[in-house]
Parts: sequence; C-alpha cells; structure tokens
Amino acid sequence: MSLSPDAVLAGLKEIVEEVAGIPAASIELGKNFTDDLDVDSLSMVEVVVAAEERFGVKIPDDKVTELATVGDAVNFIVNAAK
Amino acid sequence: MGIVEGKNILVTGVLTDASIAFHIARIAQEEGANVILSSYGRVHRLTERIAGRLPKPAPVIQLDVTNDEDLAALPERVKEHLPYLDGVVHSIGFAPESALGGNFLNTEWNDVAIALQVSAFSFKSLTMAAKPLFRMNEGASIVGLDFDATVAWPKYDWMGVAKAALESTSRYLARDLGSENIRVNLVAAGPIRTMAAKSIPGFSDFETVWNDRAPLHWDVTDPVPAAQAVVALLSPWFPKTTAEIIHVDGGLHGMGA
Repeated sequence: MSLSPDAVLAGLKEIVEEVAGIPAASIELGKNFTDDLDVDSLSMVEVVVAAEERFGVKIPDDKVTELATVGDAVNFIVNAAK
Repeated sequence: MGIVEGKNILVTGVLTDASIAFHIARIAQEEGANVILSSYGRVHRLTERIAGRLPKPAPVIQLDVTNDEDLAALPERVKEHLPYLDGVVHSIGFAPESALGGNFLNTEWNDVAIALQVSAFSFKSLTMAAKPLFRMNEGASIVGLDFDATVAWPKYDWMGVAKAALESTSRYLARDLGSENIRVNLVAAGPIRTMAAKSIPGFSDFETVWNDRAPLHWDVTDPVPAAQAVVALLSPWFPKTTAEIIHVDGGLHGMGA
C-alpha cells in the first residue's frame, strides 16, 4: 500500500493532537517531537503505536529514536508502506 | 487443550508489545486462558491500544498498585468481566532516575522508598487485593517478574535492592498463603529490551555480560522464553512449586565466570 506524504502528515497531526494534546495546526514537518512539541517518551510510544495501526506499518524500537522530527516520521512511514 | 485452559488470569504491566507481560497475556490466551489486563493513569490508554494486538479481546481495568482505593476496588472491577481469578501476574517495577545508573551511594531515602514500594511491596499489595477473587479449595498461582538479585549488577543500584526485596516478599507470601493452596513464584529473566529496560542507564552493559557468559544463546529482543515460563507457573503443571525463583536467563546464574 502506497501512502502520500500529505496523507501521512495529516494522519500524524491527528494522532499527535489526540495523544499529546498538541493543536494540529502547530504540528509541522520541521518540528522536533521532544524540543518543539514537548512529546515525552511515553507519549511518543503511544504516537508510534497509533501510527503503526493507522498506517499499517511496523516502526521498530531502534528506529523510533531516529525519528526526531515530524518530517522524519512522515518519511519513515511513507517508505515503510511502499 | 491448552495448559491454562479455562483459567482466569489478571496480567499487570502490559505497556507495549515488547513487554514481557504482553507475551504472557498472548501465550495465556493461546493456551486457553481468559485474560484481564490492568493499567493506570496515563499508561492506561496505551495498554488499551496494545490490548487490541492480543489474539482475543482483553478488558483493561484501572489499578495503581500504590493506591489503596484502587486495590480495594480490584475485586469489583475484575468481577465486571470475570467471576473469579486463578492467577495473577505481577510485572511491575519502578525506580526514580536518581536510584539507577551509578548514583547508589547518593540516592535519597524518598527515592529508594518509591522503588521499594512500587517494585516489591506491591507484590504483597496486589496479591492481597486479588485474594478475595480466588476460589476456596481451588487455590491460585501468583507469578512475579524478577531480575536475579543475589549479586550486584552495574548501574542497577536500588532497583537491585528492590528486586532482592521482591524475592524475599515472594518467599514470605508463599509461607503465609500456602495453607490456602496459593502458590507464589518468580521468574528471573535475563535482560530484555522493553520500555522498562530502556529506562535503565547502561542497559547495554547487561547485554554484553549475557552474550559473554550465558551458556545458552541469549536474545535481548526475545521476551517469549520468560513469558512461557510465567504461563507454565500459572498452569497446573507446577502444583507443588512455591517460593521458587525460576531462572530464564540462558543459564547465566549458574556460571562462575
């Protein structure tokens, strides 16, 4: 299943808003989950779990630490879904 | 027929699908058990999401093992889903940051106290909270997750002390509950890369030790062997085993060097 970056970004915005209570409008590709969006490690796990389910991909634990920004996560998910 | 066919089991500590507790719940379901999960606070929603990955639906009830109201409400909350319990899995541990990572000589009592309460005293609290749910004459099996506390480890610090307290708590529970046919045992697993492990600074030191010393190949990404041992202890196949610590560590505990 192929996913467009725009669709993944839109989905991620909804997830991060739901999980961490951050307004979707403030979630952009360049934003860092920890430094800009204040997503702590527990919320990040929940974001990952929700994203795996929504997009039908597996995000391995050792990759999660590499997903610093929203853009990193979008790229990973788009590639994983190819 | 599965080895825990028809058994009703409460599993605490399911956080992600890497959790040992998740695999205990999964294997127990595959072996015929009815499983109920507990979680607390912020983690609750995550546990609910992860419960969706189990082979069968499993309700998630609220239980903070340090909260007296939650403990008192446990029978009522379980009974909304299952009429009684045959087994309980304690997969709970926590130490504040200052209690881990090489700060042993400077950790304050308040932080040590939290580690002991959440990781060791809670084994007694959980067992006693669940006890009204056990059936007369049928007994029950309580299993906790341990990390060998007979020796000192790098960085593990007060969590190691808390695990020593857990081991002792387990023996005293076994002593006092044996007359009611309640078995109390621990599984001392080797290091497994779970959320809990990630919060231990220097966890990779453990991985190196295990790879060098365990006679059986040890895979830090595989929680299944420990989970299988827990389900075995929940089953009727260890009817006269209590106050025991089963090592699922690739045999490392038996090696001198």
